[in-house]
Amino acid sequence: MVQQFATGAYLVLFSVSTLVLISLGLAVIFGLMRVINLAHGEFIMLGAYCCVFSVKAGMPLWAAFAVSALAIGVFGVFVERVIIRHLYGRLVDTLLATWGLSLFIVGAVTTFLGPQGQGIATDFGNISVGSLNLSVYNLILSAIALGMLAVTWVLARHTRFGLLIRGTMQNAEIASAMGVSPDRVYMVTFGFGSALAGLAGAVLVPLTGVSPTLGLAFVAKAFITVITGGQLPLIGTATASALFGTIDGILAYVYSSVVGEVGLLIVAVIVLRLLPSGITGRMRSGL
Amino acid sequence: MAQEFASDAALPPRPAWWAFVAISVIVLITLPWFVDISLQLSLSLAFVLSLLALSMSFLWGYVGILSFGQTVFYGLGGYCYALFAMNFGYTGWAMVVALALPALFGLVLGYFMIYGRISDIYLSVITLVVTLIFEKAIRSTSGPEYVVGSVRLNGQNGIPGVPGLQLPGMSEPLSIEGVFYLASMAMVVVYVGLRLLLTTPFGRILVGIRENERRMQLLGYDSRRYKLAAFVLSGAIAGLSGALYAVWGNFVAPEMFNLNQAAQVVIWVIVGGRSTLIGPIVGTGVIQSLTVWLGASGVGQVTLVLGFILMVFVLAFREGLLPTLGAAWRAIVGRSGAMRNARSGHHG
Amino acid sequence: MSFDRRRFVRTASGALAFVSSYGLLARAGIAQTQPIKIANILDRTGGLNPYCLKQIKATAMAVDELNAAGGLLGRKLEIIFYDSQSNNQLNSQYATQAFARDKVDVLIGGVTSSSREVMRPIVNRFRGLYVYNALYEGGVCDRRHVSTGMVPAQQIEPLVDYVVNEKGAKKAYILAADYNYGQITSKWIQKYLREMGGQDLAVEFFPLDVTNFAPVLSRIQAAKPEVVWSALVGDAHMSFYRQYESTIGKKNLMLVGTVYGAGRENVALSPAENEGVIMATSFIDTLPTAAAKDFVERFKKFSGEDDYIGEYGEYGYRGVMLWAEAVKKAGSVKPDDVIKALGGTQFNGPGGLYTIDGQTNHTVMDIHLAVGNANGGFDLLKSFKQRQPVDTQQVCDLIKNPNDNRQYEPKL
Repeated sequence: MVQQFATGAYLVLFSVSTLVLISLGLAVIFGLMRVINLAHGEFIMLGAYCCVFSVKAGMPLWAAFAVSALAIGVFGVFVERVIIRHLYGRLVDTLLATWGLSLFIVGAVTTFLGPQGQGIATDFGNISVGSLNLSVYNLILSAIALGMLAVTWVLARHTRFGLLIRGTMQNAEIASAMGVSPDRVYMVTFGFGSALAGLAGAVLVPLTGVSPTLGLAFVAKAFITVITGGQLPLIGTATASALFGTIDGILAYVYSSVVGEVGLLIVAVIVLRLLPSGITGRMRSGL
Repeated sequence: MAQEFASDAALPPRPAWWAFVAISVIVLITLPWFVDISLQLSLSLAFVLSLLALSMSFLWGYVGILSFGQTVFYGLGGYCYALFAMNFGYTGWAMVVALALPALFGLVLGYFMIYGRISDIYLSVITLVVTLIFEKAIRSTSGPEYVVGSVRLNGQNGIPGVPGLQLPGMSEPLSIEGVFYLASMAMVVVYVGLRLLLTTPFGRILVGIRENERRMQLLGYDSRRYKLAAFVLSGAIAGLSGALYAVWGNFVAPEMFNLNQAAQVVIWVIVGGRSTLIGPIVGTGVIQSLTVWLGASGVGQVTLVLGFILMVFVLAFREGLLPTLGAAWRAIVGRSGAMRNARSGHHG
Repeated sequence: MSFDRRRFVRTASGALAFVSSYGLLARAGIAQTQPIKIANILDRTGGLNPYCLKQIKATAMAVDELNAAGGLLGRKLEIIFYDSQSNNQLNSQYATQAFARDKVDVLIGGVTSSSREVMRPIVNRFRGLYVYNALYEGGVCDRRHVSTGMVPAQQIEPLVDYVVNEKGAKKAYILAADYNYGQITSKWIQKYLREMGGQDLAVEFFPLDVTNFAPVLSRIQAAKPEVVWSALVGDAHMSFYRQYESTIGKKNLMLVGTVYGAGRENVALSPAENEGVIMATSFIDTLPTAAAKDFVERFKKFSGEDDYIGEYGEYGYRGVMLWAEAVKKAGSVKPDDVIKALGGTQFNGPGGLYTIDGQTNHTVMDIHLAVGNANGGFDLLKSFKQRQPVDTQQVCDLIKNPNDNRQYEPKL
């Protein structure tokens, strides 16, 4: 009985953390800039490739994480300057343009890196709870995901730059009247969101490996989590992830992963029907 | 080519348009005499898919609803046709069912969303989520216990061996040429029908709702009812497209519901022009032939090219291929055209 | 220069005559000097291409070698390649295009069962011939279809026998990909297990895009089996082997894969993740025969690629060669003539002697049991010579019923 509960809790925690991990980058960008980056899955994939290459080049895993986050952050800034910048305010157009970007990146990676999956091994082993083995790395992933959430919160709430970003998010005109360049704020925000995506990919790679189509598995779930979460990026994503992750985790454990996924999707539809602007749609303040 | 969604769009079409339709029909009827059957096959597919694109652009351009989930009705239409025809053998009635069931589902889903006052991006997300639900659900029906009547759903693999259309009086199912005629005529009929729909009061109310929903409500129209009707109509058109696909390829599969297919619909409409009716038809044709050609020519990654095209079109050709070409044409033809319009009281 | 109506009519009719002359000449039989056309429909792009890329090159290499030796029946061979982009719609279109427009003499291709089932009716409609080079779940009974890959009786039966009787692992937990290959293969595993005194504790199916196997790993540990059987397929499912090693470990619980290696998993996974997985195959790069070594060298030279080739790559080669032998035997490239000559056609290939069984149009071949090693390769455990496709033979007899055209499934 305790065993089953521990297993269930472990699986739910893992499911929630995975959702937080893959959604946070998209949420930051959507919540702060009203831009939907459908190439988010590909940013995750690129971060995963970065991590694999870094580790194969000899770096320790932690360094590879950092390198991936940084590299994809820079790539995100590049994308923002070239594409996103022209499409502010046009929600549908950013969605479509980033969709095109996503297809393009998948095609480019397949052409230059080949379609074969790659991966790196984890030497983290497992810990035993009773007669059950739990993968240590899954727990590490959960810790990192929650850490990312905490760090983003701290950055937003307790640093000057966070203040500037929140101000621009609430009212870009006044912010610019006070000397803040919204252009630069958006660029940095997009870069930060991309870095979060890259980090997510890097953290996932020891579990899932990487191939050019990795992003496709994640983008739909991340997209749905963020939209259902509503306009506040952190509270919304955290709540939506908790809700979906719990449902998916429990259903997948009791029945099968298909039931978990379909259950997640159905709950999303119900939530959106009851709260048409997402979970935090009506909330005025907060992050 | 005049933009259908200019404000003179609700007027009856000009004679030039009727001539265009007549010429197109003549060309389509005589085409099989000049073209070999594998090209007829490819063209038929383009016609079938352009119906799907039409259903989406009708909803988006006329009514302002961006639905990512037209593939739901497309897939439902295909599967309904397959299951009904393979269980009962009446392919004619199967077509009817394949139109009715997706329309019914459109009624339910549309009621859920439109009467729930869900709007913009959230509605688009829900339609996307619904198509993913269907895809995942059907993909997981591989086991032998998933049977509808005597036909196995087959999950991932889809249902092969779907019979072609064979109406009473026909000694054998439609040939490739017959499918060509069916698909091309269906496309023409739907295109003309939608265009003429605009001239009816119903159509004009829809356009009014797209322009300013609150104003229409203040004028006394229940915008929800009209939006729902449009949603059901577009669902039926997409269902027809799905059934014709089943007749064309003799197979249906969960891929009809997936994210890739939903993305393709959007790409066709964007490339062709989201505010016209003829645009999506052209967009579908262009992208489809590009995909098939790329695959046989060994150029390389098709997704790379398609993604690039989508980005370019969104950034550079906002309106899509046809309106941009149309605008360029008008610019070249000169300002005399514009002045003529102004004098006769049209505003563009 | 003025271009009056008379000149126009003259030019136009001249042009028309010139253009239609090709058609006339072709019909006059001048086509004898034209090349023999092979349609090769495989997924060079899209999620399925890890299974196809080597096969595409191996097919090309086989044709190259045949041409270098003078071609077939005095004619050169030409491959028309179509990239079906992991999209069944394109399989359907290209198959029709191949026969209707490009007038090919044989269709070689398709890797998934769904692509095969989409193309078979088209091949039948155009009365052509289809060579399918992949391991699959067995049971296809169609005289216009030839299968050159392993079927369950050839690979699963010896695997189950080895695991249950030699390794003593009777209690099994089965995981399979959720489509007809996984569904039918898992039934075969259960059937052979029960016949040999084993026990299937549970069977679970996974859609092809699942990457999170934590729930099932927990369920496996709770069920306490003696062996885990995997019929998982594709890139996403590869993560199972990673997560299995980090959570349970093959040292602690035996792991057997029925299609492991076909997707070149040993290349994508780390050596530790590869080490210990038991599988059955008809070809691995390191087979200790001269034929295998020679093939690997020739392939590396032809393709310029240095990495592991694998079973699916070699299937492409043997498929072309077997068909070529049948053509030589029949003395004609016409599908109906070749079909009559299929039974008994033999070829000595990289994996040993291949023989086409005329009753089922499936291939008799040598089978080897192997286990992944710590160098990203495989070590041989046991070999079986000339295994017959017994599962399909039990239900299919094309000699007695040449018009049979369906896929049979096992009943438990």
